[in-house]
Amino acid sequence: MHSFDVLVIGGGHAGAEAACAAARMGARTALVSFDLAAIGAMSCNPAIGGLGKGHLVREVDALDGVIGRAADAGAIHYRMLNRSKGSAVWGPRVQADRVRFKAAVQGIVRAQANLTLVQGEAAALVLRGGAVAGLELADGTVLEAPRVILCTGTFLGGVLFRGEERFEGGRIGENAAKRLAQQLRGADLPMARLKTGTPPRLDGRTINWAVLEEQPSDGEAWTMSPLTERRINPQVFCAMTRTTQAGHDAIRANLHRSPLFSGAIAAAGPRYCPSIEDKIHRFGDREGHQVFLEPEGLDTHMVYPNGISTSLPVDVQETVVRTMPGCERVDIVQPGYAVEYDHIDPRALTPDLQLRAIPGLYCAGQINGTTGYEEAAAQGLVAGLEAAAAALGRAAPALDRANSYIAVMVDDLTLQGVSEPYRMLTARAEYRLRLRANNAATRLTGLGIEAGCIGPERRAWWERREQVREMFHVKHSERIHARELANHGLPVRRDHGDKTIAEWLRYDGVTPDALAPWLAEVTALDPLLAEEMAEDAAYAPYLARQDSELRDLRASEALPLPPDFPYAEVPGLSNEMVERLTKAAPGTLAAAGRVPGVTPAALSALLVHARRRLAA
Amino acid sequence: MSTGATIFALSSGAPPAGVGVIRVSGTQARAALEALAGRVPAPRRASLSQLRGADGALLDEALVLWFPGPNTATGEDLAEFHCHGGRAVIAAVEGALAALPDTRRAEPGEFTRRAFANGRIDLAEAEGLGDLLAAETDLQRAAALANLGGALSRQVEGWRERVLGLSAEVEGVLDFSDEEDSADLPECFTWNIAALAAELRDWLARPRSERLGEGFRVVLAGPPNAGKSTLFNALVESEAAITSPIAGTTRDVIERSVAIAGVPFTFVDTAGLRAASEDAIEAIGIARAEAELARADLVLWLGPEGAGPEGAWEIAAQADLPGFTPKAAAHFTLSASTGEGVASLKAGLVEAARETLPKPGEAALNARQHARLSEAAEALAAAQELSDPLLVAEELRRARLAFDRLIGRATTEDMLDTLFGRFCIGK
Repeated sequence: MHSFDVLVIGGGHAGAEAACAAARMGARTALVSFDLAAIGAMSCNPAIGGLGKGHLVREVDALDGVIGRAADAGAIHYRMLNRSKGSAVWGPRVQADRVRFKAAVQGIVRAQANLTLVQGEAAALVLRGGAVAGLELADGTVLEAPRVILCTGTFLGGVLFRGEERFEGGRIGENAAKRLAQQLRGADLPMARLKTGTPPRLDGRTINWAVLEEQPSDGEAWTMSPLTERRINPQVFCAMTRTTQAGHDAIRANLHRSPLFSGAIAAAGPRYCPSIEDKIHRFGDREGHQVFLEPEGLDTHMVYPNGISTSLPVDVQETVVRTMPGCERVDIVQPGYAVEYDHIDPRALTPDLQLRAIPGLYCAGQINGTTGYEEAAAQGLVAGLEAAAAALGRAAPALDRANSYIAVMVDDLTLQGVSEPYRMLTARAEYRLRLRANNAATRLTGLGIEAGCIGPERRAWWERREQVREMFHVKHSERIHARELANHGLPVRRDHGDKTIAEWLRYDGVTPDALAPWLAEVTALDPLLAEEMAEDAAYAPYLARQDSELRDLRASEALPLPPDFPYAEVPGLSNEMVERLTKAAPGTLAAAGRVPGVTPAALSALLVHARRRLAA
Repeated sequence: MSTGATIFALSSGAPPAGVGVIRVSGTQARAALEALAGRVPAPRRASLSQLRGADGALLDEALVLWFPGPNTATGEDLAEFHCHGGRAVIAAVEGALAALPDTRRAEPGEFTRRAFANGRIDLAEAEGLGDLLAAETDLQRAAALANLGGALSRQVEGWRERVLGLSAEVEGVLDFSDEEDSADLPECFTWNIAALAAELRDWLARPRSERLGEGFRVVLAGPPNAGKSTLFNALVESEAAITSPIAGTTRDVIERSVAIAGVPFTFVDTAGLRAASEDAIEAIGIARAEAELARADLVLWLGPEGAGPEGAWEIAAQADLPGFTPKAAAHFTLSASTGEGVASLKAGLVEAARETLPKPGEAALNARQHARLSEAAEALAAAQELSDPLLVAEELRRARLAFDRLIGRATTEDMLDTLFGRFCIGK
C-alpha cells in the first residue's frame, strides 16, 4: 500500500508540470507513467513557444515550472516572432533538440523533492463514495491518493491514420490506455473526438540546403527562462521552402485517400494548424505554402518540415515533399499521420480543472481538447497547484483573465468548451497589453511565492529583481524639463514643461534608448526589466483605462452563481442557452456573460433571478 | 418561475372607448380566463366568450385570448380580454379580476418590468420603458416606444458586428503574420473605421431624448408693454400643461410647459428689456432675461423691427390696437387678445420644434447611452490615428466594450445601477 497526496497519470508536458507543481507546493506526489524513459518526450513539433504559446511558457516558468528551463536546455534555435509588432504580441519560440529537452525535463523531475516516479500502466481509478481515492495499476498495485490528475494526452481511445492504414495508440509505438478509457466512458462524462496530425520526418542529409533561404537563430541573448543565464547549445539555422503546384496536384489527385476526406476521420482538427490537404482544399488558389525545415537536434539528421502535417498515404507524402525546392531527392524517415482521439468536454471541469462529476479527479492537457505542449504544460501547472492546494488545505495562486494567459485558457475551456483543438492566441486575451511575455515574472512570481510554489533559486532571483524594480520606479518618477530633452536632440517641444521620465516615455520618439543619458545607470542593472518598465510607462494610459474596466468586471464577479443554479427555471433563456449554461456552470454572473450565445436580455434575466435567490 | 402576484391592467386608452383591452400576466392568468370566461381558448386564437363575475352575473361579451408563457411579451402566461370600452364594463371586469386570489392591479410599467426581468428585452429597450413611463406627450411616447421596440439595440448590434469584423482583421495581422500567409491590413481598413466613426458622430449629433423632456424652449422678448404676457397666455392657455423638469420660475421670468399637437414646449415670458435701468431689482430681472435669451431654442421678438436678438422671429403683435405699426418682414402678425393669427403662430412653432427634437419613431439617445456611444466614437477616432496594430486592436476592443455596456451585454456596475435604481427590480 502506497499513499500520496497527489497522483499524476502521464509523463508528457502536462504530467511533468503537474507532478512538479504539486511537489513544489509540498504535496507528497507520485507520477505514474508506463515508460519513465518517455517522460518529457516531444511527440510532434520540436519547438516550444510561439505566438501566444510563448506567453504560456513564460508564465509557467514564472511560477517556477519546468518547460521554460527545459526549452533553454534543448534550444538550438531562438526566434522572437512578431518582432515588428508591439511587444505585447511578441512570441518567444525555440526549436529544441528532442534528446536534450527530454533529458532536461527528466533531470528536473528526478531532482524534484516530494516526487516519486512510478513505472506502470494505470489500469483503473479507485473510487470511494463517488470521489477519487487512488489508482490501480495493471499489476494490481494500488496507489492511494485523494487527488488524481489525468494527463493522458491522446492516449484515450487514440487511433492513428495514414492513408488507408489504421493503428491504435497515441503515438507510433505506444499503447493506448484502453482500460482507463473504458472506465471514464462508463462514468458517463461528456466526451467528444478531435483530430491532430504530424508531418513526415525528413532525412536532413538528403536535403539540398545550399539552394534554400536560411533563417538563422536570433542574434540576441534572450532565453525562455530568466533563470537560464545564457544560451547553452550551439545554434543551428532553419531553412525555408514552399509547396508547389505539382505537389498540390498530387494532393488533389489523392484527396480521396486521405482519411480526412474519405470520411474515416470525422472529428474536427485545428483551424490554426491545418493539414496540408486541408490547406490545398480550402485555399486552393494559393501558389504555394511556406514550409520551414527545422532540424530536430544536434545529434540527429531528422528534419521536421513545419507546415505540412498530413495523413495522406506514404507514397503521396513522398511525391509531395519531393516537389518542394531543395527536397527533390529527400528521404522520408518516418511518414506523417493523423491521430483521432477522445477528449473530455472541458465544460465538465471547474476552474481548478477538477471534474464536477468525480471530485478529486483533475484533467490537464490534450485530454481537455487543447493542442500544443505549452497549453498542456500550463494546464498541468494549474491542476498540480490546485490539487496540491486542495490536498494540503491551502490556496493556489489566484490566476484570472487580467493576470495571465493561463487563466484565459482555463476560463475559455471551462466556459466555452471546444469545437476544435484549442490553441492559445494573443487575441484570446482581452487585457493583452498588460499580459506580455516579458512581464510574466512581475505578474506571477509574487503570487507564486505567496502560494508557496516557488523554489529557493527563483525566489532569490525575484527578490533581487524587485529591489532593482524599486530603483526603476524611483528613476521613472524623476522629472526632466522638455528643454533638457530637446538639448539632447529628443523630438519634444521645448515648451512642453517638465514631466516625469515615465510620462515622457509615452511620447513618440522618446524611447528608453533616447533617454539613455538619464536611464543608462539603472538599465545596466537589468536590461530586460528596463524594457518591461519602459513599456509599462508607454502603455500607462491604456492600462489605467483597463483598470477601471476591471473594477467593473470584479463588481459583477461579486454575484455568485452556484453550480446547481436552475437555469431551466429562469424565464427568457432559450433551451440552447440553458444547455450551455448548465454544461459550463459559470461561477459568477461575469463568467455567464462569457458563455457563448448568452444574449444581453438573457443576462439581465439571469442577474435578476440570481439576485432574487440571494435575497431569498 | 416566481415573479410574484399575477397582475392586470387596462392596456388600451382611457374609457370610454370602442374597445377596452385588459391584459393579465402571471401564473394566475389561466385561472383568470377560467374564472371569467369559463374556459381557456386555444393558444393565440381570439374567441368570443361571455364574461361572468363570481356571482354568475354577465359582465360583458368579449374576445378572449390566451398566450401561454414563456414566449409572450412578458415572458409569463398572458391573457387578454377585449371588452366593450365603457367605463362600467371595464370597472366590472377589473373588479372581477381583483377578486381572484393572488391577483392585483399592475403598477405603472410593471408589464415591461417583468418582460425585462424575464429576459424578453435588453437594457436599451428597458430604458425605453423608463422614458415611456415618464412620457407626457405623443412625441416623447413615440421616441420611447422606438427604444422599447429595440431600434437602438438593433443599431448597436449592427455597429458591434462591424467592429468585430474590423477586430478580426487586426487580430489576423497580429496573430498569424509570422507564420504563413502574412498579411497587412487592407487599404480600406482605416477608411472603414472612419466611416463607422462618422456614422456614430451623426447619431451623437442627433437631438437627445432629454430634449423631449425639456421641450422646445421659446422665449418671448421685447420692451415692456409690447404684448408679451398677453401672447404668453394665449399660447399656453387651453393647452395641456406638462411638468417641466426645470425648476426656476422667478418673479422676473415666468415659464410654462405645454404640449401643442403632441410636441413639448416650454414658453418663457421675460421681464421687459430696457437698455439702462436704474432700478437694481429690474436690472437683475433684465440680466435673467438675457440669460434666458441665450438658452432659448427660439426667441419671439415683439419689439421694434430689427432690434431683437439674432435669429429671433419678428412678431408684429397687438394688431388689434389703434396705434399698431406693422413690421415689414414679420414672421407672424397677430393679436393675442382677439386670437387673430395665434393659430398660425402655433403651427409655425410646432413645425420649427419638430426639426430640433427627435423625430417620431426614431430612437433617441439618453444621457447614459450618449456617453457610451461617445466613448465608442472616441475609441474609433483614436484607432484611426494609430499605426501600431496592437493599439488599434485595443481601441477597437474599447469600442466593443462601450457597445456592450450600452445594451447591457457587459454586466457592469452601471447596468446594475440602471436596473436596480430605475426599476426597483429584484426587491
